[in-house]
Amino acid sequence: MLSNISAGDTAWLLTATALVMLMTPGLGLFYGGMVRKKNVLSMIALSFIAYAIVSIQWVIYGFSLSFGKDVHGFIGNLCYFLLPNFYSKVWPGTHVPALVYVAFQLVFAAITLAIITSACAERVKLSAFIVFGLLWTTFVYDPLAHWVWGGGWSANLGALDFAGGTVVHISSGFGALALALVIGKRSGFGEYDMEPHNIPMTLLGTALLWFGWFGFNAGSAVAANASAANAFIVTNTAAAVAGLSWMFASWIKEGKPGSLGFASGAVAGLVAITPAAGYVGIPGAIVIGAVVGVLCYCMMLFRISRGLDESLDAWAVHGMGGLWGAIATGIFATKAVSDYSGLIYGNVHQFIVQIVAAFAAVAYAFIVTLILAKIVDAVIGLRVSEEEEYVGLDISQHGETAYS
Amino acid sequence: MKKVEAIIRPEKLEDVKKALENKGIVAMTITEVRGRGEQKGIKLQFRGRTMDVDLLPKVKIEIVVEDSKVDTVINTIANSARTGKYGDGKIFVIPVEKSVRVRTGEIET
Repeated sequence: MLSNISAGDTAWLLTATALVMLMTPGLGLFYGGMVRKKNVLSMIALSFIAYAIVSIQWVIYGFSLSFGKDVHGFIGNLCYFLLPNFYSKVWPGTHVPALVYVAFQLVFAAITLAIITSACAERVKLSAFIVFGLLWTTFVYDPLAHWVWGGGWSANLGALDFAGGTVVHISSGFGALALALVIGKRSGFGEYDMEPHNIPMTLLGTALLWFGWFGFNAGSAVAANASAANAFIVTNTAAAVAGLSWMFASWIKEGKPGSLGFASGAVAGLVAITPAAGYVGIPGAIVIGAVVGVLCYCMMLFRISRGLDESLDAWAVHGMGGLWGAIATGIFATKAVSDYSGLIYGNVHQFIVQIVAAFAAVAYAFIVTLILAKIVDAVIGLRVSEEEEYVGLDISQHGETAYS
Repeated sequence: MKKVEAIIRPEKLEDVKKALENKGIVAMTITEVRGRGEQKGIKLQFRGRTMDVDLLPKVKIEIVVEDSKVDTVINTIANSARTGKYGDGKIFVIPVEKSVRVRTGEIET
């Protein structure tokens, strides 16, 4: 019935979508291991809930806001409300059914909201998060996705973002920073240690993220082709280099290389290569990974030194790693793997465009998140009560305990 | 010789350890426990419903010292573990008949 469909592309994109889906619960485990044991279920549940909220929002109107007909370069209109006639549609510019494209984009939107839960770990009121999450994905994620991938101003300017360095990581990272400022520190933060309660759980989460990221980046070629293969290999390279780079940086600074440092570094590498995966080669990936491991480690130390409780470092890793990745794309993009070249090949224009697009996303994500968080805080209250926080969110929000 | 047994908030353990160390009290045994006091834990209010969390996580510190040091230990723990709210814990002092150092067999009474 549908002509012009590539079986190979479709099979790969369906697979990639399922891979990316696994990243959201993986992120839940990654975060869950880093909180205290009284909040582990809450942390994992927040990721699942974020996934479900966006899953529903996306097929009703989220996809349309991101990929619908352009309105002033800012957002899509509601022409794809409830995905009319999508069954018999091939997504323009690809050889896959439109519904596969919708599903692939859905899992990106979902993990982005899950990343931001870092900022409200161990203290957010579940009901407030559900409201905030729906507002956030609608007013922050959907417009940003439109700017970059849906034919918005950023795409027209020529900004490159292969798999979502700006849309996913800058937005959630700088959104997390704003949310952390509004919700405030956990009680006792800075007074006593809040050590991760289960590092193996975080390492398992890292493994699932790394695994799923092959779908995230190589799937963003939206085809089973050489560009996907390039994204696959540079993703792995950057993650490996960044894991070691963070590990060595912390080895020098703290005397011992923690496994948690390696895991954080690997995630930072995956973040930074995300916008670049289809545009840079192996040398670019190595430099991007090496820089991002040290950069994000320093940003984490800076965040702690400022007494800022952006609890699980979405800002340091995703925000700053994403910002570096977006800029690095404009430095290391090479004609050897795509139609674009960057600063080191003399293309100053691309470099400047990347900076403009990235900083616009930083400002938009930060400011709009700040406003949304303030509104939800004023109307419902973002935080649980002091007693609920003390006994932990597992009991107070879910009536469950993880370990008996 | 006495055993001082203190039940405190887990988050105060580092403060208490540091305060005791400053007074030269280093040897101790720590256990993670759960317990409740006269208030029967914490009551959480949910839109009119209440929910009891009656056994809260605590840390038990056990320290055996000569009689002359008991007051120092008690005061140091009480001062460093106090927040002023319900749930700060309790300290018990129990007589000890003798102690044996396993490595040497040395006996103290």
